Amino acid sequence: MLRTTTTALAAGLIAVATGAWADPSENDLVINGDLEITTHAEAPAYIEGLSEIYSGWRFREVDTQATQMDDFDNPAFLAVDAAQEAWDTVDGDAGKSCASCHGDAMESMAGVRATYPKWNADAEEVRTLAMQINACRTDNMEAAEYGYTSNDMTGMEALISVASRGMPVNVAIDGPVQSTWEQGKEMYYTRYGQLELSCANCHEDNYGNYIRADHLSQGQINGFPVYRLKNTKLNQVQDRFKGCIRDTRAETFKPGSPEFVALELYVASRGNGLDVEAPSVRN
Amino acid sequence: MATGVKPRVKVPGSASAGEVITIKTLISHPMESGQRKDSDGNKIPRSIINRFTCDFNGQNVIDVTLEPAISTNPYVEFQATVPETGEFQFKWYDDDGSVYEDNKPITVG
Repeated sequence: MLRTTTTALAAGLIAVATGAWADPSENDLVINGDLEITTHAEAPAYIEGLSEIYSGWRFREVDTQATQMDDFDNPAFLAVDAAQEAWDTVDGDAGKSCASCHGDAMESMAGVRATYPKWNADAEEVRTLAMQINACRTDNMEAAEYGYTSNDMTGMEALISVASRGMPVNVAIDGPVQSTWEQGKEMYYTRYGQLELSCANCHEDNYGNYIRADHLSQGQINGFPVYRLKNTKLNQVQDRFKGCIRDTRAETFKPGSPEFVALELYVASRGNGLDVEAPSVRN
Repeated sequence: MATGVKPRVKVPGSASAGEVITIKTLISHPMESGQRKDSDGNKIPRSIINRFTCDFNGQNVIDVTLEPAISTNPYVEFQATVPETGEFQFKWYDDDGSVYEDNKPITVG
């Protein structure tokens, strides 16, 4: 009995190792019929393990892909609409809304999402978009912070991302952010948890292969925040990191922690050259 | 009681007489099935959109009964023939008695 089990298990492992490869789809992502999104590019030189980079959109089923190709079909836009209302609504003791300083989000926020996380010279820290939103709320609006992975936060990130859709991700990795970037890179290649898996084990060595019933992507974050069909809401990128590390059966870091900020910077830089496509749709 | 419920409708602004157009509707709603339990083991009461209707100039186009197995943010897409200029009226009926409405005009030229 034991021998049978072992044989079956071994056969299973061989099947995983040899079969199940699926190249990223060749489909092109065009949103609303006119906004062309780059989902395939040459990998930046500083990524040793990849020659080409693909958006996660390329690894999804045709139906899921189609949902993202029309803003009406994309359920993330419910959250974007809600965030647009929040953008225009006065909140906090300073009596300001986002719009008081920034005006029309689609104009003032164009290109913003493409460069985050980035160095904030005044605060002398690497800031993610979520950190910047909260800094704006506490310092300028004197309003309460959004929870780091709350629906308010992901909605606002999505709204700001829409203004940058179709612009290439261009995250700086040198200068003052370099040490943080190196920290993120080390994390990316560090094996975590009882399963001893690093990010690279799945997303660099095995993208395109099946993980259970689903194709692994390269773990690109140009589409975050992501509307996931599994939980029918927008998902914050560091919440996704947390889920990934949890799946290695490790104690995870907290969303908003310095470790995840470093990892987000590094992972974002792996997508330099892909276009911002957030808010995207995944399963 | 569902909060933050917001309907969205996409109807072409114009059409030719007798043209078949595609109408897309989406409403943000949790569609709580009534089958789930909270962390204390208490049943979470059912709260869904149970009916969706579309009228054109007072004439009914579609009348849909929605059931608890329909997932969050129900999306309904259908086709309609437009004989004349007029207005589509959409109504979603909530279990709690609320009715959410949206109207979209269309010009036939």
